[in-house]
Amino acid sequence: MSSFAAEVPCLMPPLRLLIVDDSNVMRRRIERSQRLAQLQVVGTARDGREAIERFIETDPDVVTMDITMPNMNGIECVEELVRMKPGVLILIVSALADKATAVEAMEKGANGFLNKPFTDRQLNEALQELLGGA
Amino acid sequence: MLDEQAIRTFLYGTTRYFEVAAQQPASVGSPYLMSHDATELYEYTGVISVSGRRDGIVYFTAPRGMLTVLLMRMNESDVSHENLCDIVGEVANTIAGNARRDFGNQFHISVPTVLTAGGEEPRRPIGSQPIVIPINWRSHSARLVVCLK
Repeated sequence: MSSFAAEVPCLMPPLRLLIVDDSNVMRRRIERSQRLAQLQVVGTARDGREAIERFIETDPDVVTMDITMPNMNGIECVEELVRMKPGVLILIVSALADKATAVEAMEKGANGFLNKPFTDRQLNEALQELLGGA
Repeated sequence: MLDEQAIRTFLYGTTRYFEVAAQQPASVGSPYLMSHDATELYEYTGVISVSGRRDGIVYFTAPRGMLTVLLMRMNESDVSHENLCDIVGEVANTIAGNARRDFGNQFHISVPTVLTAGGEEPRRPIGSQPIVIPINWRSHSARLVVCLK
């Protein structure tokens, strides 16, 4: 039996999740692997600019955000999304493994950081931890 | 030229990728210097440009069969050419990005460029000595090539 909260019936309306990554494989993987009943995927985007468009269209509560992307990177996008909706919860999901990048992302308004590569369990634990503050 | 510690960084990043993402460890062979006329590309190659503290490229080159199994290990049923291009770029991006743990945030990496069989070859910076890290995973072979000044 899974230890994730996914198995627990949830009476609250689900939180809306936007997935941002320039890799189609990673977007699909996050969508497929996230098992939290509190979350409902409402959109995906492949760069920072598209993320802002999807954000306006779908009004998500939670965002997973890659950093290294074309057009607008994830750090710039975080800053913009937080400006638009200060309460949004953002989990950075990035291969960039240095502490300075994690600190910069947090300073711009991200709430959590998950390094690639990750297992399904690590993704769900990171999302669960993020929602702990919701 | 890469020093021993830098090579160790990429060896670690490569083994960790397969251990975590595919949940099946890969074995890496002894790194060796590539001769400048030998490119030795497989069908798919993900290239990351590096700037800032170091200058050059890092690329991961792999056969279709390995990438197909890698996608399947991630429960990805779409093993189209587009997704094979996507995953080869993502592997290169992840290994290069993880190297910032040791190289710091001035090790700037680009988004991946993907080359396929019969196409262009990666542009190696003049004066660099490419290091090849052979990778064996399941029955497949691939290479990570680190070419930094």
